[in-house]
Amino acid sequence: MSAERIDRVVIVGASLAGLRAAEALRDEGFTGRLTLIGDEPEPAYDRPPLSKQVLLGQVAADATALPLARDVDAQWRLGTAATGLDLDGRTVLLADGSKVPFDRLLIATGTRARPWANEAEAALEGVLTLRTSADAGRLAALLDAKPRRVLVVGAGFTGSEIASACRERGIDVTVAERGPAPLVGALGGVIGEAAARLQRAHGVDLRCGVTVTSLEGDEAGRLCRAHLSDGTVLEADVAVVALGAIRNTGWLEGSGLAAGPRGIAADAACRAFDHNGIATDDIFVAGDVARMPHALFGYQFLSLEHWGNAVEQARLAAHNMLCASRDRRPHLWIPAFWSSQFGVNIKSIGVPTMGDEVVVTQGALEDDRFVAVYGHRGRVIAAVSFDHGRWLDFYRCLIESAAPFPPEFAGVDRPPPGTVPVPACFPDPSVPSHGPTVTVSGYAPSERRITFTPAPA
Amino acid sequence: MRLVVDLNRCQGYAQCAFLGPDVFRLHGEESLLYDPVVGAEKRDQVLAAAAACPVGAILVDGPGVREVDAVVG
Ligand SMILES: Cc1cc2nc3c(=O)[nH]c(=O)nc-3n(C[C@H](O)[C@H](O)[C@H](O)COP(=O)(O)OP(=O)(O)OC[C@H]3O[C@@H](n4cnc5c(N)ncnc54)[C@H](O)[C@@H]3O)c2cc1C
Ligand code: SF4
Repeated sequence: MSAERIDRVVIVGASLAGLRAAEALRDEGFTGRLTLIGDEPEPAYDRPPLSKQVLLGQVAADATALPLARDVDAQWRLGTAATGLDLDGRTVLLADGSKVPFDRLLIATGTRARPWANEAEAALEGVLTLRTSADAGRLAALLDAKPRRVLVVGAGFTGSEIASACRERGIDVTVAERGPAPLVGALGGVIGEAAARLQRAHGVDLRCGVTVTSLEGDEAGRLCRAHLSDGTVLEADVAVVALGAIRNTGWLEGSGLAAGPRGIAADAACRAFDHNGIATDDIFVAGDVARMPHALFGYQFLSLEHWGNAVEQARLAAHNMLCASRDRRPHLWIPAFWSSQFGVNIKSIGVPTMGDEVVVTQGALEDDRFVAVYGHRGRVIAAVSFDHGRWLDFYRCLIESAAPFPPEFAGVDRPPPGTVPVPACFPDPSVPSHGPTVTVSGYAPSERRITFTPAPA
Repeated sequence: MRLVVDLNRCQGYAQCAFLGPDVFRLHGEESLLYDPVVGAEKRDQVLAAAAACPVGAILVDGPGVREVDAVVG
């Protein structure tokens, strides 16, 4: 590619990924005009504390602003949504009718909470979702008012953290989960069972295998009751709908980009695909809204709604949008996230959902202190810890080197004899087959390399 | 002053909670909770904690960064 001058970079989505990309662009030496467009009125803030410190009453909902590691010298257009993208004209259209031209665009519009499907019920006072600082402020105020009971709909990470905060504040809480256990979609049934025990031990009224069929309000339009699919009628003043997230791609409809409900598809250099499946050279994506292939995980397109992923992809996108094509770096970060609930630090590394088997390698499930390793086609693919986070770096090395599963190692406390891998029990297990082996080496981003070993014919 | 902790990187050894007890605290055995925005009087605690963190997980406002001056609209 000829050295095209890059004078104008526009970032749509001024939250974690957008902010980090802005910092990285300046770190990489970009001196041109930088514009950040965000539909939230507040400067970038951190979301993980919203379901933890904020609900525990330790931190105000509007006090989680993200630090700026450096001056980014940008124009911030906050409280303004992008409503369209003109690919050929290289312009972003804004809700106020203005047009912002760019040489390079980064899309970091993230996700929003999936709303309760019944609009009238969703509008009841006491029914809410949790994604923004405003949501967290509302929920914290509702918890301060000492509700009789909180109903949490959905036992993913956010729902589980909300339930945890309620219990810690002595508030009765019911969690209704369609699946067989909490966290089952992310961590599988074996760890899900451990999460279920943890919830019940902390006094959560956990009901699995049920759905909430309707929410009922009183004459004043306040939530008073919930009806469950098993016939239960529950008195509750607050219902938090925690049914996952929807990707903010609606504004790209008809733009010609490969954007849809599952996110924006991109290559491993963060370059967005157009709807022909061809990588654009001027549009980049990062964070929760992105999906891109990962060499280590069978080149599957991974959508990762994790804090660390947003930070990594933001840096990568910033680097790749400024450099010559041969200097581009691939997305090789090993997925990782944490959650804090019921006093337990849950950490994950790798891609547990690809696991077909799981084995406890340290600690014990019933003590709420363990490391569980996930295997995929005979290699280590992920590890999840409950209060054993210090070990995860070790497991990251196993994942990067495609170490055999079940793992054989000395030097850490061994599992009791007879501990054998069992099915990981994901709702939709993958079909085993044989493929090439990919390993990753190197620590600094510029040194990260993959080694590709084809499968024996 | 604003701060954020990269909790993927954090090892939960709590040096920060020792040096900045008004800002950082352990919740349970290894979950770290902290105040993301603190007053100037806690600045020294935060800087000491950030410098002592063995894995460099604590990120704070860079020297002299300005508040975001947003053009609303
Ligand atoms: C309550 C909660 C707890 C969490 N806890 C954890 C945790 O413990 N560990 C973990 O790893 N991750 C956690 N996460 C996930 C983490 O916060 C996200 O992965 C991260 O915020 C992703 O950053 P992002 O910048 O990609 O997207 P977002 O933070 O979603 O930011 C996208 C921004 O773009 C804006 N936007 C959207 N559409 C437009 C438009 N058309 N025009 C202009 N602006 C637009 C949005 O309003 C938003 O400000 C949590 C998330 C929540 C909500
Ligand atoms: S000092 Fe660093 S690693 Fe230790 S608990 Fe604090 S943030 Fe985590």
